[in-house]
Amino acid sequence: MDFLATIGRVFLTFLSHVGRLSAFAGTAISHVVRPPFYPRLTLRAMIDIGYYSLPVVGLTAVFTGMVLALQSYSGFSRFAAEGAVATVVVLSITRELAPVLAGLMVAGRIGASMAAEIGTMRVTEQIDALTTLSTNPFKYLVAPRLLAGVLMVPCLVLVADIIGVFGGYIVGVYKLGFNPSSYLARTWEYLEPLDVISGLTKAAVFGFVISLMGCYHGYYSRGGAQGVGAATTNSVVSAAIMILIFNYVITALYFGK
Amino acid sequence: MTAPAKIVLSDVHKSFGKKVVLDGIDLSVAKGESVVIIGGSGTGKSVLLKSVLGLLRPEKGSIKVDGEEVIGMRSKDRDRMMLKFGMLFQGSALFDSLKVWQNVAFGLIQGRGMEREQAHAIAIEKLASVGLAASTGELFPSELSGGMQKRVALARAIATSPEIIFFDEPTTGLDPIMADVINDLIVKCTKELGATTLSITHDMASARKIADHIAMLYKGRLIWIGPAKDIDHSGNEFVDQFIHGRAEGPIKMELRA
Repeated sequence: MDFLATIGRVFLTFLSHVGRLSAFAGTAISHVVRPPFYPRLTLRAMIDIGYYSLPVVGLTAVFTGMVLALQSYSGFSRFAAEGAVATVVVLSITRELAPVLAGLMVAGRIGASMAAEIGTMRVTEQIDALTTLSTNPFKYLVAPRLLAGVLMVPCLVLVADIIGVFGGYIVGVYKLGFNPSSYLARTWEYLEPLDVISGLTKAAVFGFVISLMGCYHGYYSRGGAQGVGAATTNSVVSAAIMILIFNYVITALYFGK
Repeated sequence: MTAPAKIVLSDVHKSFGKKVVLDGIDLSVAKGESVVIIGGSGTGKSVLLKSVLGLLRPEKGSIKVDGEEVIGMRSKDRDRMMLKFGMLFQGSALFDSLKVWQNVAFGLIQGRGMEREQAHAIAIEKLASVGLAASTGELFPSELSGGMQKRVALARAIATSPEIIFFDEPTTGLDPIMADVINDLIVKCTKELGATTLSITHDMASARKIADHIAMLYKGRLIWIGPAKDIDHSGNEFVDQFIHGRAEGPIKMELRA
């Protein structure tokens, strides 16, 4: 009976978290679309997410493209399909690797920072202070970050697409000996708008998830430095898991025929 | 009390799980009056303040501010209600990312939509009224001492000329001289504004200096309420033990293993 009670307790706790997260997300979204708006804060969050994440996302993308070119060349040469390297690189980058890897990197960089900042504000009563100063914390803290996440992660992924393909091109042309113009031609030949659009859709959803989990865990953090640390960890882990789950769901919706 | 009641609490109950924190609080604060609630650590003083502010929701009872029920108030109405309030938090709760003057002017700019230039001028004026130079306004909170942070927090609390000001442990963590400076500033500023104040503290010197009436909270109930001048002959053994800081008496410290 103890075993069943434990399962029941865990399940109820899980449901309570899902309910609280859903309510948090609903409230946050409603504040994104209702005035007053905070353009200055939104712009600052956009710069934090978009501009300051560029180096880490760019590095991830360029090396991913390079490795992908090497691996696919090495694998495809077993059945004389080396010519597909450029196509494999561009499709893998745009559909999967750029959005997922950029999402995970941004979750580690931005999600953690949001949870730590908002969590510290919570435990030092700064969020209560906002309320007493007639400022809704959802509008002031959560809505700008949510909007910035949805807008900027697709921009990052677009850049990652270009840099990732460029990484594959560098290895393809300078290491594997492909002709530059034929490599570029093969890159464009099978690329369809849907490949890029599906990746950008994923990026927008991942941006939402990253900001949501960072704000949610920070907002409900408790118990001083330890609580803020736990909130930071939880925001990164939960965002990473949700990114992987949503990646499958969106892929299935676009390409699961 | 001849002045009309500004804040009225009737039979307020608040629990966290099985722990009962407020167990039927009845309290009336008249317009322009200064009431101080004393009591040991963990007796629910902060919970009481936060319940009036709507930061916590009591399970039972009624809290009225200017005759308007606060419990269950809609978020929009609460934002409007908060325009009447100023609050000095125990840890100051200054916004780390904003300069001192921006902290002081926050309620004016965000809460009341005032132009930044005008709000800046008022912030400098309020800083002067708590004994801080205009140059302090350009610093960040982390560059100030604890006493200066408390002054800035006081300036922020009075910046919007609120009708009601709450003080949460205003002298905690300050040396006796700085604590007395803060007490004098509280008396001066609230007198100038004609504000109604509700404070919580366990610093008796502070309570004696700023209170018109004192109430003692013990085990979730207000066990004594009376004029500040009567505190030394309250005829209540709990109050006597507390104000004299004696270990022996009816109040037993709860020690947990």
